[in-house]
Amino acid sequence: MSIKAKNVNYTYAEGTAYEIHALKDINLEIPDGQFVGLIGHTGSGKSTLVQHLNGLVKATGGRIYFDGRDIYGENFSMKELRSKVGLVFQYPEHQLFETDVLTDVCFGPKNLGFSKEEAQKKAKEALRMVGLGEEYDARSPFELSGGQKRRVAIAGVLAMNPRVLILDEPTAGLDPKGRDEILDQIERLQKERGITVVLVSHSMEDVARYVDRIIVMNHGEVRFDGTPKEVFRHYKELEEIGLAAPQMTYLMQKLKEKGADVDTDATTVEEAAETIASWLRGQ
Amino acid sequence: MIRAEKLTFDYERLDEEGRVESIKRAVDHVDLQIQAGAFIAILGHNGSGKSTLAKHINAILTPTEGTLFVDGMDTKDEEKLWSIRQDAGMVFQNPDNQIIGTVVEEDVGFGPENLGVPTDEIWKRVEESLSAVGMLKYRHHSPNRLSGGQKQRVAIAGVMAMHPRCIVLDEPTAMLDPNGRASVIRTAQKLNREEGITIILITHYMEEVVEADHVFVMDDGKVVMQGTPREIFSKVEELKKLRLDVPQATLLAWELKKKGFSLPDGILNIEELVDKLCQLKRKM
Repeated sequence: MSIKAKNVNYTYAEGTAYEIHALKDINLEIPDGQFVGLIGHTGSGKSTLVQHLNGLVKATGGRIYFDGRDIYGENFSMKELRSKVGLVFQYPEHQLFETDVLTDVCFGPKNLGFSKEEAQKKAKEALRMVGLGEEYDARSPFELSGGQKRRVAIAGVLAMNPRVLILDEPTAGLDPKGRDEILDQIERLQKERGITVVLVSHSMEDVARYVDRIIVMNHGEVRFDGTPKEVFRHYKELEEIGLAAPQMTYLMQKLKEKGADVDTDATTVEEAAETIASWLRGQ
Repeated sequence: MIRAEKLTFDYERLDEEGRVESIKRAVDHVDLQIQAGAFIAILGHNGSGKSTLAKHINAILTPTEGTLFVDGMDTKDEEKLWSIRQDAGMVFQNPDNQIIGTVVEEDVGFGPENLGVPTDEIWKRVEESLSAVGMLKYRHHSPNRLSGGQKQRVAIAGVMAMHPRCIVLDEPTAMLDPNGRASVIRTAQKLNREEGITIILITHYMEEVVEADHVFVMDDGKVVMQGTPREIFSKVEELKKLRLDVPQATLLAWELKKKGFSLPDGILNIEELVDKLCQLKRKM
């Protein structure tokens, strides 16, 4: 289920005084099963881009291909696209509304036309996928902790069996453990079920730790696109566009400035610990 | 500045007839004291009671049991309510929920206007507050065109214009990008150092806590740890058990210690760790 954007442009309020060119000539391809991090400062166009990927917003220019098929083509079903490309918004728990967890998660598959029994089966599977056991099915979503509510909301999207899961800052406002739990869970879905994941994040540390590839947006354009190590080598340019590198990148750079002969590519604590241990041991 | 004595708060859940169905204790017999002019951080997992505690400081909530004093005023004393709210301002997580004006300077002037401050004085305060948070050049802008970090600084300016002695910031950076996060924290530190305002920062970002004077850690409605950042972050395992974390430099030092290298506990930032590593290398 690859997604391909070809010369995608998007202009808000075209032809008026408030015209904003939010996406400029975006070309990218996300292959099946990849874990992608999408970063950029507020207003860089990343949310607009992800809304294009599941057809919520229609490009004012260019084409988007889902599995090789033009999503703006005549015979293309947008409804199918939206079930295949699941989008989890920021603070998705604000959208929980049912009286119990299971019914809430059933909403998506029911809307896709599944019977009550089938919808429940899918909902239960999705809840187990995010690590919520049967004991939560009958609970009110409003009695759960922040991290649990968010997992219910993610299950609501997973119950539609998406092949691609896009999450817009899924860990904002969660405590460190809650953050790790959600991201570990998402990583498991990507590794074990082969779901393609696009993670929109402001945390460079999280991105460095989990994703295969980082796409950096700035002023509606793709500024960098590569593995975390490749992208974070440009830490000075990232700072110029309102971003940063992970703490560990700065640490390795500082160490090198002080004359240490170390490879500065480590971006996570584990990698830095290994690099530094070998350096200290003179290996 | 702030003193809590056996402060306890229960959320009551009512059934359809309005009878109390269940009670959840959110803050449980908390004793604490915060000196005027201090920079305080409060850590704790989601649901640990830190926001409930914070809401007592400007009397959005009043204690079920126990007492909270702000500048010697009991928050249960309704006659003091407005003085307390003027003394202790609050900034919340979502910038979009706190800004009401259509022009930045009007938004900042709203607070003092409500206090009945004369017009000339309001404009003076608006200018002072906006320049204190580095947003003076945006005074004629519309708030909805600002970035998240800029909006939070306008919200802080709105509180500053009331001339508070204390500002409580409840996860002010949770929704911001790295630049926005840094600008809000720098602003809070500047107000603390230059204007002597007491800052109480609630956050899930451990790096933001490193420069605080004192840290309180909450769990299950109680203060379970307190001390300087160095004392607190020396206890990596205890913090992890409380669903918390330590700054990345602290974590790296801890990982290296586990590999057998001798480094001190509670290293707080990159500069410190790099120095210690270079010393260690020379000895090896």
